[in-house]
Amino acid sequence: MLDARTLQQLTDIVGAENIATGAQDLICYGYDATQMEFLPDAVVHPDSPEQVSRILQLANKENFPVFPRGAGSGFTGGALPKGGGVVLVTTRMNRILRIDTDNLVAEVEPGVVTEAFQMEVEKLGLFYPPDPASLKFSTLGGNVAECAGGPRAVKYGVTKDFVMGLEVVLPTGAIIRTGGETVKGVVGYDLTKLLCGSEGTLGIITKIIFKLLPYPDSKKTMLTVFDSIDGAARAVSTIIKNKIIPTTLEFMDHATLTCVERRFNLGMPDSARAVLLIEVDGDRDLIEKQAGQIHKLIEPLGLVQFRVAKDAAESEELWRVRRLVSPSLRDVNPDKFNEDIVVPRSKVPDVIRRIEVIQKRYDIPIVNFGHAGDGNIHVNIMIDKSVPGQLEKAHEAIKEVFQAALDLGGTMSGEHGVGLAKQPYIPLELNAEQIAAMKAIKGALDPNNILNPGKMLP
Amino acid sequence: MTKKHTDPLERVTQEMKKCVKCGACRANCPAFGTFQREPATARGKVALAQHLVKGDITLDDGTYSAMSKCLLCGSCVDKCPNQVPTDEIVIAAREALAQRRGLTTFHKAVGQVIRNRKLMNFGALAAAIFGPVFFRKVPATSGLRLRFPMPFIGGSRHIPQIAKKPFMKRHPEIIKGEPGKPTVVFFVGCMTNFVYTEIGEATLALFRHLGCTVIIPQGQQCCGLPGMSGGDLETVRELAEQNLAAIEKHQADYVMTACATCGGALHKLYPLVIGKRNPELKARLQAVADKTVDAAVLLQKLGLHPEETGTGQRMRITYHDPCHHRTAGIAKQPRTLLKETPGLDLVEMEGADRCCGLGGTFNVYHYESSLDINAGKSKAIIDTGADAVVTGCPGCIMQLSDGLKQAGDKTRVLHTVELLARKIRR
Repeated sequence: MLDARTLQQLTDIVGAENIATGAQDLICYGYDATQMEFLPDAVVHPDSPEQVSRILQLANKENFPVFPRGAGSGFTGGALPKGGGVVLVTTRMNRILRIDTDNLVAEVEPGVVTEAFQMEVEKLGLFYPPDPASLKFSTLGGNVAECAGGPRAVKYGVTKDFVMGLEVVLPTGAIIRTGGETVKGVVGYDLTKLLCGSEGTLGIITKIIFKLLPYPDSKKTMLTVFDSIDGAARAVSTIIKNKIIPTTLEFMDHATLTCVERRFNLGMPDSARAVLLIEVDGDRDLIEKQAGQIHKLIEPLGLVQFRVAKDAAESEELWRVRRLVSPSLRDVNPDKFNEDIVVPRSKVPDVIRRIEVIQKRYDIPIVNFGHAGDGNIHVNIMIDKSVPGQLEKAHEAIKEVFQAALDLGGTMSGEHGVGLAKQPYIPLELNAEQIAAMKAIKGALDPNNILNPGKMLP
Repeated sequence: MTKKHTDPLERVTQEMKKCVKCGACRANCPAFGTFQREPATARGKVALAQHLVKGDITLDDGTYSAMSKCLLCGSCVDKCPNQVPTDEIVIAAREALAQRRGLTTFHKAVGQVIRNRKLMNFGALAAAIFGPVFFRKVPATSGLRLRFPMPFIGGSRHIPQIAKKPFMKRHPEIIKGEPGKPTVVFFVGCMTNFVYTEIGEATLALFRHLGCTVIIPQGQQCCGLPGMSGGDLETVRELAEQNLAAIEKHQADYVMTACATCGGALHKLYPLVIGKRNPELKARLQAVADKTVDAAVLLQKLGLHPEETGTGQRMRITYHDPCHHRTAGIAKQPRTLLKETPGLDLVEMEGADRCCGLGGTFNVYHYESSLDINAGKSKAIIDTGADAVVTGCPGCIMQLSDGLKQAGDKTRVLHTVELLARKIRR
């Protein structure tokens, strides 16, 4: 609990209209997409690194926790105020400071919404590729803190691959710059990379310098349907093995297709067991050639349908299948655990087979789709929490899914992070020495453990 | 059993469960766009509704403030991955608030006015004569303004000219058409009846041109949506019953309206909201809902040839989609008719389907925010360089005109039917 004097000091920092303590405000800043809920004691909306710094200094002095929050759209609870404290919302800091067309970099504040930024740079013929599914509402600050991915990661990489430098308020209140805007730079430790994906535990990001690319000349979208899940999974590794890197390679399994088909009736062939949505981008002639090569390569793998979009409208129509997945899933069961394991690309067929076995053993529906091109599969474990025993079963199944990914040389999470949701499973992937090294860093930067405490590390 | 204050909310608890708090509503909610605080989002309101049912919070000022920040535009529902009907949940919350706290002075006045046609008729006459003086002399905060019969109007907005004689007073109840042609009940709506009578005249002319028999039921009342927006569902039920009676008196093939809002009430919200609460009315409300159709949609269906009836004037236009059209899937039909109309050059604005910011009575409580939402709309319109913005809702027309005037712009604001009927009206 915060005392009246501390609240007054917070008010002095951000102004009365930017602090809230009413029951309704606390509820509305206590949830995220995990559907977990914790009530903070206050919500503050600072507008500058100086204000953020003063809040953190006060937190160290008065010993209250601070939970940074962007749009609150995370899947693992990274922004949730577990145990109470102050939620610090970064969305007022939402200016695009500059887009430098000479050096292909941009500097933004953390509260800018991802899609808004993309639209601005695209007006100048430039490209910011990371495209998490939440891009219409998630913030760039949140994207960096969680190291968000997206379908285009196959070719372009994830958020951290585009972060060149940061301005960060450290947990003790010091405002520092990391990295810069040069392509090269080796002076000191790479704090920029350390902070990407640190889930708001090591500092609060107040400015980001992004690398930009020229906007690709054109793109081609293909919807490919297979008569077996194995055929689709092998198609992924076959394409990559033949040295074609598509922009996206999205995968949907039979259970996913059944959900979408039941609700939206898209007229898939009866023999459809898996779908790959493939997109290539770049020079017009090159992508024509690549589309032809892809068709030839995957034809022998049980391909039953191959559709190529002629224009943007048709491309949108093909993408519709993928976009309808999320709204259809709830028809299977009301509650879902959305995990995002990653395996080396060549191991996609193996991991899918392992998940099929797990599903049979626990007799709960598991729906798989996602960014197969980079080995990142969204494993959705669908249960009804109100049925006794299902929740426990789900936790056991999740553990086995994680173990399968790790056995194949992968990781538990590609883009959602750890937060609170995956914390219990951390020892599956990290050993005591690794955890100790990470805790040493956290302890050095945040001696009083005031910034997003209780997250990520066990 | 005693009635609980959260009873209206208990009815929609299953709907609340569908919300997974993903945050997609942040991208689409015009109220969040301007307030930029989480309680203004759809998921925020759903969370609050859930806590109200649990009893963690009460129907106090904080709840009232959060629930008032909704235009009931339905954008969140359209774009929600789980199709959570937040509009229904907000209506239920406002009903609970109204039951617990009583209606606000403003909404009491709204209820009195929209239930009383005589008062509306008198008010319209008085306002036509004294209107301009009346509104300049009476401060915005005065209760007198609340007596004024147009429940949509608040704040310091540019007040539209009130008609000297309401549309319905100018025409008989039944206007016979050609034998064998459809019979169409015309649900006029307050804005058309008292303010934009030209829309009524144009609509009438078009359906007469097609040979239809047009019935303007004299017993029809306000559709009640301004009441629904304040949680005054008792008034809405009364009005719905009166409108049912007035419409059912006639044998008709269609119930047609040129007001997107009235259409939304008759077609969707009557059965959904009033039908749910009054099962004995449900079948009758559904029967009328099934026959209800928007003027432009029906004109297209009945095979209107706009080249025979429409403009003949060279004009660059842009089209604004009213929320109650968007949620009913109406977008192509009016555009197709306008494109077939000689002389009209249709250019799309950015975000044509984004709410104009009127939102029932939202603009009265949050006039500044309503203006802020409207400013974005005005800019999109001005950027097209169009001579006129065209739409299918008199409520939007008022809001768009206000916004453009405040921006110092001269773009005209017209209803689709006005352009479609230009030749036969002259």
